Amino acid sequence: MRSLLVDKLAQKVAFRGGGFTFQSRRWVGFLVFVVLLLLAEWGTRSGVISPLTLPRPTDVFQTFVELYSSGLLFQHLIPSLLRLLVGAALGASLGIAVGLLIGLFSFVRAGLLPLVAAIFPIPKIALLPLFVIWFGIDEGSKYALIAFGTFTPTVVATFAAVDNVDRTLIRMGQSFGLSWVSIVRKIVLPGAMPGILAGLRISLAIAIILLVAAEMLGAEFGIGAYILEAGSLYDLERLFAGVVILSVLGVLVSAVIGAVERRLLDWRT
Amino acid sequence: MELRLSKVGHSYAGREVLRGIDLEVPQGQIVCIVGPSGCGKSTLLRMMGGLEVPAQGDVLQVGYPPEGCLNPLTFIFQDFALLPWRSVAGNVSLVLEDHPIGRAERREMVADVLARTRLTEFADALPRQLSGGMKQRVAIARALVVRPAVMLMDEPLSALDSQTRELLMDDLVNLWIRQPFTAVYVTHNLAEAVRLGHRIFVLSRRPGELREVIQLDKPLAERGYGDAELEVQQKHLWDLMRAEAAAADAELVGG
Repeated sequence: MRSLLVDKLAQKVAFRGGGFTFQSRRWVGFLVFVVLLLLAEWGTRSGVISPLTLPRPTDVFQTFVELYSSGLLFQHLIPSLLRLLVGAALGASLGIAVGLLIGLFSFVRAGLLPLVAAIFPIPKIALLPLFVIWFGIDEGSKYALIAFGTFTPTVVATFAAVDNVDRTLIRMGQSFGLSWVSIVRKIVLPGAMPGILAGLRISLAIAIILLVAAEMLGAEFGIGAYILEAGSLYDLERLFAGVVILSVLGVLVSAVIGAVERRLLDWRT
Repeated sequence: MELRLSKVGHSYAGREVLRGIDLEVPQGQIVCIVGPSGCGKSTLLRMMGGLEVPAQGDVLQVGYPPEGCLNPLTFIFQDFALLPWRSVAGNVSLVLEDHPIGRAERREMVADVLARTRLTEFADALPRQLSGGMKQRVAIARALVVRPAVMLMDEPLSALDSQTRELLMDDLVNLWIRQPFTAVYVTHNLAEAVRLGHRIFVLSRRPGELREVIQLDKPLAERGYGDAELEVQQKHLWDLMRAEAAAADAELVGG
């Protein structure tokens, strides 16, 4: 039974709950890249952008192809990757270990936390001369610089992640008589893993920055050396080719961590 | 094995929360502890399980746990406390892994307890895939697998909706009928107390003192939803607690 009055006054309730939710839009990021590149290409071709301010994207690409075909690419890339790998692996594993100790033992925390706070803000590049004396002019000082730079952010991320592990889960482990080692290995470590991996994202980006800095200050080969050389000759095409390699490296590292996250943290929604 | 508390008292930062509690948990019975919020009943339970030390008095275990018992005092928590990165079977097996039990035997024990709690088909599910009631069933399975002498249940059904609560109460009753276990059941829900308790200890508001002990002789199997006899008991409990609960509610938190 519907009354005439209701029918006349009935209106659809307007929807106002849109937005503020996250949706996957993979292609948008790609599109932004393409649009920016097209703009640069058009600008440099038409003369709106002078070739002194920005190289033509196609020229950069051509430089890159030449770099690849001459074999120089890998001559620069392989040492860089090796430095990044060794340095970051050293720094991250030490950082996770120290972060765990700080998170687990109040004595270690009281002793090391002020130290970590003191070395965190030091620009590690400033210490490179010191590292050269300590670890030698060769690879040693570069490994040390990258390791040191990744160490502190990893420590901070790890102990914060340990602090954030659900205490009720630890209480549960104790109430079932689990050993200390079991509680750390099966409850604390997996519980801290999301925070540790989030920290690694930042640490590894810092590692790439430091890699370039180290190579700029004394290396024959490496992306940093390549960029420095191009810069001093004001060879913008080569400079940009080097920068693009670094960006791709960053994206790759981020993708690797994303893959590790999907694998290790599949228990989250 | 029985639990005995004598003159247990406790305070947090100068605030007395428990005073002179004497109680006994006889073997094979479910003892309920009810009281207004903040009366220290959860603290009392944590003391019974060795997760906290009372400032005054003693918590004693009388006699020895039965043979084959892996964890005499076993908790069931209000928020389930399941590891989100482990499957149902993994969560149950977690508490066996520190004991010298062979892999095959462990798997058998897990399978057996999952069957008893009707979780077999969910063995590989992750906690996030389960409803609240299911999660608590997993926690119950995890508690049963270590063959506890006394189960310490801290508001185990409080995080669940009322229908799930009824279902799980039936589950607990059935488990007890099949194999009577000793349990301390802390709750603020009086309906749960009269459904599951052989004996109900009523605490006053802070500082929690023992107000009254109620003995319920009707067998668990005969108690049901909406039982008139239980309603009378529940009303009696509520009359006892009403003033206390109102006074506790009007207090400033932590003030």
